[in-house]
Amino acid sequence: MNTTPLLHMSAISKSFPGVKALDRVDFTVQPGEIMALLGENGAGKSTLMRILDGVFTPDSGQIFWRGQPVQIRSPQDAKNLGISMIHQELALVPYLDVAKNIYLGREPAGLLPGTIDWTTLYEQAHQQLARLDLDVDPRTPVRDLPLAQQQMVEVAKALSLSAQLIVMDEPTSSLSNAEVAVLFRTMRALKEQGVSIVFISHRLNEIFAIADRVTVLRDGSLVGSEPLQGMTADALIRMMVGRELGETNQRPAGEDVQSQRQPILEVRNLSRAGILHDINFTLYEGEILGVAGLVGAGRTELAETIFSVHPPTQGDILLRGQKLRLRRPADAIRAGIALVTEDRKGQGLFLRMEVGANISVRILHQLARFGLIRWRDSQHLAQEYVDKLGVRTPSVRQKVRNLSGGNQQKVVIAKWLTLKPQVLILDEPTRGIDVGAKGEIHRLMRELASQGVGILMISSELPEVLGVSDRVLVMRGGRVVAEMNPRLATQDDIMRAATGAKTS
Amino acid sequence: MASFAVTERSWKALLQQYGLFVSFLALCLLLSLATDRFLRTENLLNVLRQASINGIIAVGMMLVILTRGIDLSVGAVLALACVIAGDAVRQGWPSLIAIVLCLALGGSMGLVSGTLVTRLNIPPFIATLGMMTIARGLALSYTQGQPVTGFPADFRWLGAGTLLGIPVPIFIVSGIFLLGYVLLELTPLGRHVFAYGDNPSAAHYSGLSTRQIVLFVYVLSGALSALAGLILVGRLNSAAPTTAEGYEFDAIAAVVVGGTSFDGGQGTMWGTILGVLLIAVLNNGMNLLNVPSEFQTVVKGAVIALALLFYKAIR
Ligand SMILES: Nc1ncnc2c1ncn2[C@@H]1O[C@H](COP(=O)(O)OP(=O)(O)OP(=O)(O)O)[C@@H](O)[C@H]1O
Ligand SMILES: [Mg+2]
Repeated sequence: MNTTPLLHMSAISKSFPGVKALDRVDFTVQPGEIMALLGENGAGKSTLMRILDGVFTPDSGQIFWRGQPVQIRSPQDAKNLGISMIHQELALVPYLDVAKNIYLGREPAGLLPGTIDWTTLYEQAHQQLARLDLDVDPRTPVRDLPLAQQQMVEVAKALSLSAQLIVMDEPTSSLSNAEVAVLFRTMRALKEQGVSIVFISHRLNEIFAIADRVTVLRDGSLVGSEPLQGMTADALIRMMVGRELGETNQRPAGEDVQSQRQPILEVRNLSRAGILHDINFTLYEGEILGVAGLVGAGRTELAETIFSVHPPTQGDILLRGQKLRLRRPADAIRAGIALVTEDRKGQGLFLRMEVGANISVRILHQLARFGLIRWRDSQHLAQEYVDKLGVRTPSVRQKVRNLSGGNQQKVVIAKWLTLKPQVLILDEPTRGIDVGAKGEIHRLMRELASQGVGILMISSELPEVLGVSDRVLVMRGGRVVAEMNPRLATQDDIMRAATGAKTS
Repeated sequence: MASFAVTERSWKALLQQYGLFVSFLALCLLLSLATDRFLRTENLLNVLRQASINGIIAVGMMLVILTRGIDLSVGAVLALACVIAGDAVRQGWPSLIAIVLCLALGGSMGLVSGTLVTRLNIPPFIATLGMMTIARGLALSYTQGQPVTGFPADFRWLGAGTLLGIPVPIFIVSGIFLLGYVLLELTPLGRHVFAYGDNPSAAHYSGLSTRQIVLFVYVLSGALSALAGLILVGRLNSAAPTTAEGYEFDAIAAVVVGGTSFDGGQGTMWGTILGVLLIAVLNNGMNLLNVPSEFQTVVKGAVIALALLFYKAIR
């Protein structure tokens, strides 16, 4: 290819206290190309993209745009060049509605100077949403949307900029196949128009499905940039982690778990007006029960109802045969139920607090003697979980907001593991977690299950649901519509049940 | 360029750690040059006595601000608690009982504010503004506008007594600072105050008792206001219904100057102590230099604004 690249980042380095995040990394994107950016958690992907967006200034290195050296000092500079960014941690204003978020700072001008043409604003927003098949009223406040839809609103916002280069930092981590398909369709259409896209994802199948080339980072250094044609997943993983990964399928070879074990959590006729309808299922000791479904199927709502974030309008929840009367999460936790929430930034983390403080926040009482916290013990405990989950951080004293997205996710999981729950509900537990660490977390889940913990795992990633669960429930429209044996079911079976398509 | 980035970062860290301390020292130096009365023992003791009242209130205020709230009612709560307790002691109640009554009254008023905030979801600014008006109004009608005066010596001891030649209020405020530090840094409750302030929603999902946390900080703020009132009333030997007007301003100023963020979840007791000292020295200095009182408020307002800008720049 002889064309001038659209973007060339040359020998970019960036350090944070205690971390060399990027070390002389080169990165090139051609016009009309979809470039995947791959690497383990903390490899430096988001940092590289934040430098491109002007959030961080590099310690050294040069950026060329269409062959010309440029200085990008702020996101505004990036926007002016034609770069649009979807950040890994969503950056929407929760109290503003969808349309206002999409056009924030770029509202169409009204008749009088300084006024806003609201009619046009909402019309344009409606069109942007329709383009993404997104059935959302542009007047809904963003905080009332499920995470996946917030993610799609971010996409709509980025698309509305008519940029030359769109960076998507893990846009699919909270989406299910159906939304991913829509997103990919849009991405292909953009590519047809000559727009370039940088696509970050930990799901290799997505990278193979959409990208033309892939750039792999490891520990802040460039491993290489390769065309995806003819590349295998194993080769990619080798580039990424520098070795082979073991078998990732964690299900034990044993037969039906239910037949031999005690029920631990029973959900009977559970309903929440308009959201959940007559849900019945039993979770057994030592079982991993997967819950699949599309975004909006009510999976997160089911988890939150069991965890008593919201009261059910009808039905019962039984723990080891005892009917539970819970009014708030604190009650559920006391009963031995834990919920790893999907929205780590909103509901999971204390971002400005340290890693150690986040991990130990739930069990400070147990770490206290005569009412005073024994700091040494709490640091040790945090360190133990940091090691166990492989959180990449210079120390447990690091502020959580300085960790990479996947490492933040591990901190959330660690916080809940300290509680040693009897029932562990995981809502998209491996959201944003790299391939290797994902295997570790699955192994950990299996280990907990073998100690008798009942695990309810909500996941939008069908290979994860099929690979890890002992049994799978499929939800659609607030109902459980199917129960499947993952040894016999295929991804297609789940998708058919989830979408309600007739079986062929 | 690489080294530049490093120096920039460590500058920020240095400023964050020592900026306040250096400003405090600079202010003291300036005042000792500008007026020869500043460094006299008599004057310094006076500064500390002043600082002790604001310091006690500021500890409660700090905890409230850590939970993203604010307590505008501290001055009015102080006044109402003190006129009632003062009246009781004058009518022959034992001083100790009256003191306990005073603290309980302060705490109860905090409980009301806290309940408005946690149960009825009234924004702290409005809830405590309401409490401020009500408490002030009750104090005025309870005393019919007259100050309550003439207290026995043991009731006044907290404010007027000395121990080993040092005014008792200085011991009290030191104790409160120490307890505040231990509470915030070493107890689960204190850590939960930080966690709640950092992310209330995550605190709820983590099963922390969010309501109790918020209630607690308002009760504490009310009780500490009453304690500060006992010192004030003891020193003046009089409890006027109009006493302590505007005290909320100095307390908020000290907390903000001390680096506690209105966004919640961020602040240190050490910062608050320095903030209290800085505001006390500033007040004292302006008095010594005969700055007119209207203009003193302007200066303090400017100091708060500067502090906010400073912390915004280095965070
Ligand atoms: N503001 C910051 N302060 C300190 N360290 C940081 C900061 N931002 C990133 N880092 C560190 O830089 C490294 C690279 O982080 P980055 O977010 O780029 O990783 P990533 O490849 O995007 O990972 P993930 O897949 O988990 O999102 C990590 O070790 C992270 O802890
Ligand atoms: Mg990232």
